Amino acid sequence: MSSLEHTPPASLRQRLALKGLDGVTLLVVPAALFTLAIFVYPFLYGLLLSFEPKEGGIFANYQHFFSDPFLYNTIATTLWLAVPVTIISLILALPIAFRVRLMTRQRLLTTILVLPVTLGTVLVAEGLLNYLGPQGWFSRTLMLFGIIDSPVKLTNNYWGVFASLIITGFPFTFLLTLSYVSGIDPALEQAAAVHGARAWQRFRHVFLPLLIPGLAIAFLLSFVQAFAVFPSAILLGAPAGPTRVISIAAYQAAFEQYDYSMASAIAMIMAAVQLVIVVAILFVRNLFYRGSTAGGKG
Amino acid sequence: MIRDTTIGAKLWITAIWVVVGFFVLNLVAMIATVILSSFGTRWLGTWVPAGLTTRWYFSAWSEFQLYDVLVVTFQIAFTVVALSGLLGVTAAYALARRDFPGKKLVMLLFLLPLLVPPITFGIPLATVLYQAGVGGTFWGVVLANLVPTVPFVILVMIPFIEQIDPKIEAAARVFGANTFKLFLHVLLPMLVPGILAALLLVLVRTVGMFELTFLTAGPTSQTLVVALYYSVFASGVRAVQSIDAMAVIYMITTLVWLLIALRFVNPTQIVARAKQQPAST
Repeated sequence: MSSLEHTPPASLRQRLALKGLDGVTLLVVPAALFTLAIFVYPFLYGLLLSFEPKEGGIFANYQHFFSDPFLYNTIATTLWLAVPVTIISLILALPIAFRVRLMTRQRLLTTILVLPVTLGTVLVAEGLLNYLGPQGWFSRTLMLFGIIDSPVKLTNNYWGVFASLIITGFPFTFLLTLSYVSGIDPALEQAAAVHGARAWQRFRHVFLPLLIPGLAIAFLLSFVQAFAVFPSAILLGAPAGPTRVISIAAYQAAFEQYDYSMASAIAMIMAAVQLVIVVAILFVRNLFYRGSTAGGKG
Repeated sequence: MIRDTTIGAKLWITAIWVVVGFFVLNLVAMIATVILSSFGTRWLGTWVPAGLTTRWYFSAWSEFQLYDVLVVTFQIAFTVVALSGLLGVTAAYALARRDFPGKKLVMLLFLLPLLVPPITFGIPLATVLYQAGVGGTFWGVVLANLVPTVPFVILVMIPFIEQIDPKIEAAARVFGANTFKLFLHVLLPMLVPGILAALLLVLVRTVGMFELTFLTAGPTSQTLVVALYYSVFASGVRAVQSIDAMAVIYMITTLVWLLIALRFVNPTQIVARAKQQPAST
């Protein structure tokens, strides 16, 4: 770099190129403009629109939302689904990922688990309506073993949505966790074992500190997915009552009452709740160790 | 490898496999119910249907106008694939090769559509698209689906491009290739596996993308998954087996592409797309 200081003043083009701005950099412009136009702009437009209610002052939509229990209760309803599902998925995913990491042929299992993620919530809801329904195999099997006397009601209520969120959410969390767990150098565990650490001690003092940042991200992504539950809450749940989640409220405002201003306000509240959880988790994450998960000297 | 041989450890391992087995069993049984029901004649109060038939596929095909729906689905999916490939690969190239001021901001711009769930940004997006007059049309659905797929292609392609030695490009430049020729004759052939994997995953995601398509589709721009939703939503109007037959057709259209994609990528990559994020924050 120092030799450049002695050369005659560079042209604007050269100076820009030194900063990394040249023809190649411009290739990023179309995609960036597109994302600005079709993602950022609608979001900002929605934010402004939410302050222009059909009637009342600029905060009328938000006042309406937080004064009507039929609306503000959707936040609690959604959290009551999303938080347990995310925690259960993560608690199950972690030990399983630890076993699967040792397998040499994990491909079959990961392929099976990626199926529900790929098939999507609508198909899972459709399948579970059959499978968990009063005549479905699930109740039948439980009755066969004498665990229950009459079919359990698992559809059109909380548990139907819960089951569908676990079916699509657990594989998502698991595959994410697996990618973090596999990223930790096995030599670290061997070193701990050589020094006499038992399985629990190796997990608690070697793996867990290294995994916290990854687990935080896995928790966030899984939570955000579960919080946005929509089709299965309608198809498998009781969309008028116990599983009236916030996305249903937003959808109804937009496409049943044609109040786009209110719908935008609900979408913004939805984003805000997600943001609050994300920031809280990231804050907690920053209290823990952050650094390399690779072994070796240094 | 470390072997735990205590009884506690063995019990623990067994418990883990029981949980995995239980999950996979339920998953497989759920899919099997749909497939079996779609071939069943009458299935009431028994373990298996009374008889087998294929007539539900014919009735589903005509009742739901599945031919038209499939044509629209693939027109939308392939348009999305082509456009997101074009926009995504070029942007990924710039991001992989250049360091410029504000690069982190640009990366954040591309990460956000993947992190924010579709239903959250879909409602304001649908509002804007309807006001612009493209809501409910073919192009409205394509535009909405491009929001997560363009960043997805970018994030998948950046590591692929980074692993190609820049000296190869320098050599091509020395021999007088301009950026376009460089792309076409040097980079593209080397990037084919990566591009193919990224685009196949985009195809799978677009065929399976419910929320964005649902919010922006009109009667003539419905994809298969939205049509499936409406038929389940109005179940009782049509025979259950007919809806199941449609669900099986949907599964096949998705899984064919998934199986092809899995030849090029690891299943964890389908989910761990935001893995870049921890490194950048």
